[in-house]
Amino acid sequence: MKSLAELAAIKEKMQNKVVMREGTGDLRVVVGMATCGIAAGARPVLNAFVEAVNAENLADKVTVTQTGCIGICQYEPVVEIFEAGKDKVTYVKMNAEKAKEVVEKHLKGGQPISEYTYKDEV
Amino acid sequence: MKELSLNILDIAQNSVKAKADKIDITIEETDETMLISVEDNGCGMTADFLESVTNPFTTTRTTRSVGLGIPLLQLAAAQTGGSVEITSRHKSEYPDNHGTRTSALFYKNHIDFTPLGDIASTVVTLIQGQPGIEWNFLHSKGDKKVELHTEEMKEKLGDVPLDNFEVITWIGEYLREQYDELS
Repeated sequence: MKSLAELAAIKEKMQNKVVMREGTGDLRVVVGMATCGIAAGARPVLNAFVEAVNAENLADKVTVTQTGCIGICQYEPVVEIFEAGKDKVTYVKMNAEKAKEVVEKHLKGGQPISEYTYKDEV
Repeated sequence: MKELSLNILDIAQNSVKAKADKIDITIEETDETMLISVEDNGCGMTADFLESVTNPFTTTRTTRSVGLGIPLLQLAAAQTGGSVEITSRHKSEYPDNHGTRTSALFYKNHIDFTPLGDIASTVVTLIQGQPGIEWNFLHSKGDKKVELHTEEMKEKLGDVPLDNFEVITWIGEYLREQYDELS
């Protein structure tokens, strides 16, 4: 049975880590979490990003955050990736599977997946 | 919305936007009803805005002029024979105890009752997005309950933030384990 006491163990473990800071802000993943995003399935997308970023040991350079309506509700779930010195990449109609792929190929591998990005003419 | 837990996630975002630093999510269940309430100490709404808030053409969003959060919650409640009640105290009139309470009553045995769904994911998502807010979650069903209070957690965690991955993972497991006991 889990108990609050386990949190003290997490605290101890974190203190032993050299780097305790989460995400240096080099790469920012922003998931739209307004009514439109939530209804379209943004919750599992957000959670998939959080899990995959940690599974790939990218937590030091990638921050996963939430925002309100991005303005293209018909393409929700929408995810924006901001990287210092680069153009913003907007992924549309996301799901948990695509999120894992983006973490692997884009965030880890540095190659955006153009197939999933927003194009005006879509 | 496919699950009421998604409506809860959506309604709680209004509290976040109202700059609340304390948000209580409470679910009270009986054999026949489910009462969901989200209460915050945010800026509150003026009487005029409160009156218009169930209208889909009322919204705080700036990207378009339609807001469906409250209407969708109302629809989900009304289709079971229930209803939504919103009370609010705006900071201009209540500088010391402003805030909003949104509560929705559902009749669980109605064929159009939307299931609660993955409420643990909703709580995890809210805390991940807003680790600075004091969150209190309580779901009671008869004499059984599932609960999580972030202030209690912070006492144990010291300066480890609530959105730390291990903490977030722990929250999900802690809630799911309590739900296994509940069912």
